[in-house]
Amino acid sequence: MKIIVAIKQVPVRDSSLHIDSSGHWIDEDDLSYEINEPDAYALEEALQLKEKHGGEVVALLAGPERGSQTIREALAKGADRAIHIECDDLASLDTLGIASRLAAAIKDEKPDLILTGLQSDDLGLGQTGVVLAELLGIPHATIIMQVEAGEGSIKVKRELEDGWFQHVAMPLPALLTIQSGISKLRYATLMGIKKAKTKEVRRVSAGDLPPAAAATVTLERVYLPEKKKETQLIEGSPKEAAAKLVEKLKFEVRVI
Amino acid sequence: MSGVLVVLEHRGGAYNRMSWEALAAGQQLAASGQPLSAAVVGNDLDALNSELAGNKLDKGYRVEHALLRNYTADGYVSALEQLIKKLEPSYVVFPHTYQVRDFAPRLATRFGQVLLADLVGLRKDGDTFVFVRQLFQGKLNADYGHTGSGPCFLSVQAGAFRAESLEAGSTGVEAFAPQLDANAIRNKPEEPFREAAQTVDLSAAPIIVSVGRGIKEQDNLPIMEELAAALGAELAASRPICDNGWLPMERQVGSSGQTVSPKLAVGISGAIQHLVGMKGSKTVVAINKDENAPIFEVADYGIVGDLFEVVPALTEAVKKAKGS
Repeated sequence: MKIIVAIKQVPVRDSSLHIDSSGHWIDEDDLSYEINEPDAYALEEALQLKEKHGGEVVALLAGPERGSQTIREALAKGADRAIHIECDDLASLDTLGIASRLAAAIKDEKPDLILTGLQSDDLGLGQTGVVLAELLGIPHATIIMQVEAGEGSIKVKRELEDGWFQHVAMPLPALLTIQSGISKLRYATLMGIKKAKTKEVRRVSAGDLPPAAAATVTLERVYLPEKKKETQLIEGSPKEAAAKLVEKLKFEVRVI
Repeated sequence: MSGVLVVLEHRGGAYNRMSWEALAAGQQLAASGQPLSAAVVGNDLDALNSELAGNKLDKGYRVEHALLRNYTADGYVSALEQLIKKLEPSYVVFPHTYQVRDFAPRLATRFGQVLLADLVGLRKDGDTFVFVRQLFQGKLNADYGHTGSGPCFLSVQAGAFRAESLEAGSTGVEAFAPQLDANAIRNKPEEPFREAAQTVDLSAAPIIVSVGRGIKEQDNLPIMEELAAALGAELAASRPICDNGWLPMERQVGSSGQTVSPKLAVGISGAIQHLVGMKGSKTVVAINKDENAPIFEVADYGIVGDLFEVVPALTEAVKKAKGS
């Protein structure tokens, strides 16, 4: 089974974010980056499927040079090779533009399965995978908890809302977006890290791909959210703050 | 091309209440004089007809076909593609549900568009609209604009628009029969199921103490359990805690877990998926070391500090207050 895993590099969780001087994006200078967490689970699922059924896992990433680090980590964990679409202009594209690039870069790969995370931790639009499936003309399913591969088809467990689930079968090739937390993530071994250095990374320049259509939605301004409620911040040492809070819970909220 | 089309969602013969919030967003878009219509997709939709007709709309549509009995992305995309081509609306609005996340991006792609997903607000700016959504799990907000000629596809976050503001009316509901081919529907869905009977009903709990990633490891959970016990509260958690198996899934609050509306929620988690599940809380207390954590946006009282110091101090203070 040949599996492509589309991964994204995002700022490290709990980074301190500052809006840049243009007001269009965050200041990237002092940020560290890591694999988007849901994509890490998609990679893990791909590696487990390969362990069960054999085949190949190919990591696919679009982004600037710094993306190489995230690719190396995917290779160290066990991906067989990678495709890096090198581009600095992701911010000027919308989801359709990015998905078109991903589709063009894997045109000749003919995978059985494409996996990606259900959404990104930065933009959180949650649709690159679904759009990619439409562009490739293959079926898809989202928010997947479990994958059972059969002969030419798969059966997946989809998460619905409020604790409901559903099994769905579909023919291959197909695309799945994977839910976070469905398995335990592996660490790269020393051997894996060593091997990663010899694995193939196919570099694709965005200029060699068909030009993406002009974005139809544009991010115009980034800002700190306005508070919906006036929060009473309670100051003091932990002990003092706790005592003051309990006073309020007793006399204002009346729950104690 | 003009007008606003709102696509309503239903399950088991009843509308998902988020449908009416999407309709409220649609009314806001239509306020400048554009016609507003709403559609419901499925098979045998008689039971849903009167509630649809009872809204102030220009038109209602029942998109019905035997192949739409069970949800599939292929079926919904094809049916709605046909309806949108007929109506040529300027805006198509959905509730941001798991089902919409599954098919709406694919539908938008058919029109060369993308879905502006999970909106928390919109406002008029001259002749156009500005759409507001959250970035970085709610830490930042962003204004988006839509350019280009195709319909603009939008989905709205739970609780972001008020269904109470909807005007009642009497609307004609028209049947729309899409052309569907069984062979073009590739996914074969089975009946939805639940894993196990719920033994904890968080939705009935008057007080909830909620724990998030900040607890760091399972061995630290007792400090939260002690606070919950002192307050007479149920212990709840955000998704990663339950994914790790530190607490059972049934204690999860958020878009994929339970929705709660307690009198008091003491929370140390702030991911937006979690906040969506606790929006109905009457009073929210937030404890977080990051003063910019999204939970402070919804909190009535906040303590910025280390939970490992604040929570035990709070437990002591609660016990003392109850003892006296």
